[in-house]
Amino acid sequence: MTTSSVSVALPTPGPLLTRTGWSAFMVALLVVCALAPVLNLLVPEGSAFHLSDHLVGLLGKIMCFAICALAMDLIWGYTGILSLGHGLFFALGGYVMGMYLMRQIGTDGHYKSELPDFMVFLDWKELPWHWALSDSFVATLLLIVLVPGLVAFVFGYFAFRSRIKGVYFSIITQALVYAALLLFFRNETGLGGNNGFTDFKRILGMPLATPGMRMALFVITGLTLLGFYLWARWLVGSKFGRVLQAIRDAESRVMFCGYNPLPYKLAIWTISAVMCGVAGALYVPQVGIINPSELSPANSIEIAVWAAVGGRATLLGPIVGAFLVNGAKSWLTVAFPEFWLYFLGALFIAVTLWMPQGVVGLVKKLKSKGQA
Amino acid sequence: MTPDLMEAGAQRYEKAHAPVQTGQTESGGRSAGYGRLAQAGQVDTTHGRILYLEDVHVSFDGFKAIQGLSLDIAPGELRCVIGPNGAGKTTMMDIITGKTRPDRGTVFFGSTIDLLRHREAEIAALGIGRKFQKPTVFEQLSVFENLELALATDKRVGPSMRFALNGEQRDRIAEVLATIHLTEHVRRPAGLLSHGQKQWLEIGMLLMQEPKLLLLDEPVAGMTDEETARTAELFLSLKGRHSLMVVEHDMAFIRAIAEKVTVLCEGSVLAEGTLDEVQADERVIEVYLGR
Repeated sequence: MTTSSVSVALPTPGPLLTRTGWSAFMVALLVVCALAPVLNLLVPEGSAFHLSDHLVGLLGKIMCFAICALAMDLIWGYTGILSLGHGLFFALGGYVMGMYLMRQIGTDGHYKSELPDFMVFLDWKELPWHWALSDSFVATLLLIVLVPGLVAFVFGYFAFRSRIKGVYFSIITQALVYAALLLFFRNETGLGGNNGFTDFKRILGMPLATPGMRMALFVITGLTLLGFYLWARWLVGSKFGRVLQAIRDAESRVMFCGYNPLPYKLAIWTISAVMCGVAGALYVPQVGIINPSELSPANSIEIAVWAAVGGRATLLGPIVGAFLVNGAKSWLTVAFPEFWLYFLGALFIAVTLWMPQGVVGLVKKLKSKGQA
Repeated sequence: MTPDLMEAGAQRYEKAHAPVQTGQTESGGRSAGYGRLAQAGQVDTTHGRILYLEDVHVSFDGFKAIQGLSLDIAPGELRCVIGPNGAGKTTMMDIITGKTRPDRGTVFFGSTIDLLRHREAEIAALGIGRKFQKPTVFEQLSVFENLELALATDKRVGPSMRFALNGEQRDRIAEVLATIHLTEHVRRPAGLLSHGQKQWLEIGMLLMQEPKLLLLDEPVAGMTDEETARTAELFLSLKGRHSLMVVEHDMAFIRAIAEKVTVLCEGSVLAEGTLDEVQADERVIEVYLGR
């Protein structure tokens, strides 16, 4: 029997990003932090290079969606757990931010009251308990992470402990987001009922509807997306990430290797939910409204579509997918408003049938064919 | 209190808390059979048994898969288990590894660890490795990554995030790669290996865990004759250092490795002995060939 031949070249762990990867990352960083602000704020409006306010708003929104798609990739692409309820975490982050923005309105509302308008309308005399921390920006930042994180942790603990898997898990998450939708619709919940929150005026005492603030939110969103991308790269590149993929491929083998899959699933599930919550919190000040429609089951399914179109288990793919699908959406809903949903459905079927690896997988395939 | 009293007390205390040397002998070492402290998480084989099943019963929806199974394995032993289809061989492994709960019965690892009180991952961490009937490897990961994941190390979430292989662990992986003849395939995704190579990889993953007891469910199914011969060689080299329980249908393979064979039938032990003894047994012949 051959014993050890230790001189074999064993693979060494790769860097976080390749050299090309870092270059692309730096380009993206420059575009977000320098190019976009200059083109929007300094280049005059008539110029061909001017970046319109409308486009800044649209791209900012899509970057929030891209964060959701990235979060979906961690839990679905890498761990094999399809969540159809990520809209819940997005909305939770959004509502926490919305509560802060409502308090920032102060007495400038329609009824000139300290209370948000909808509470005056409902004839409430004081703030409900869950609004207690909403006037503090620091507390709001903490709650943006804690609320979605805690909800995900508790739900995930019971779901994963009961070994709920596959399509059953997906259905339960879908039911969860639907239940939340019904709850948030009610006026008694104290979150604005079906109108939600809107008519925001200020953030940190500064007016929201200025070009400078719009650009600042755009840059922060871009930096968050890039930061989360690096974090996700680090996570999937570590042994932790390989255990997640192992759980996806053969969970029983993972258990018989001595790993308890529960904390692994719970960790990535919670991280994914927190990412979505942060995306929601960035989304609300940019679009100026949050209402229960964000909790509609279709929204949660769309997140999965972005990830699938871009390419699962690639990290870059879901970001690309979010841009492609939402770009197409913003064009198609104007050009052919009645066909958008058919298009989305057809796209999902086409990707599942002919491009199981998504756009990024297709590009990789073509590249390797070109080399061969 | 006088100094010598304190001294004596300290000595007694130390003696009581000192780790006990456990002699792994076939008889259990008659001289050391009493006054022993049970140590949590340590397998105590001083009584000469690493695995002990007694009167185990399992039924699935009324079908009695295991009825009154009693079996024990000595440290370092290589035990072959044969039996017709549906005899309960895989169910027995499911019970030992915590996948299935028996209706009643006793399952001990060493003389102190009650396996029925533990879940799958804990049992694996205690030192029982299992190879499935159908080779189960992580198809999307490379051969190297498969072995790395199986490596005996801290398997909680935090340490996994910060984990980096040290030199010793790399040597260990290289050693196992050579043992399972997959050194040249180290970077290949495991899903692209042949059936026999997957079987080897899974055995390699078991070895990485450094288990005390290996449960191998049809390890040579789908292997070429040459691979089968190599596997036999490997198992014989593991005997003594590890305890092995091998379930197989391939009689030539059993003949190559077996010292003691257990025949299971309808969920309990039908016969036990050397291969020649059990093959000569009337009841065994009846079960295999029919009347």
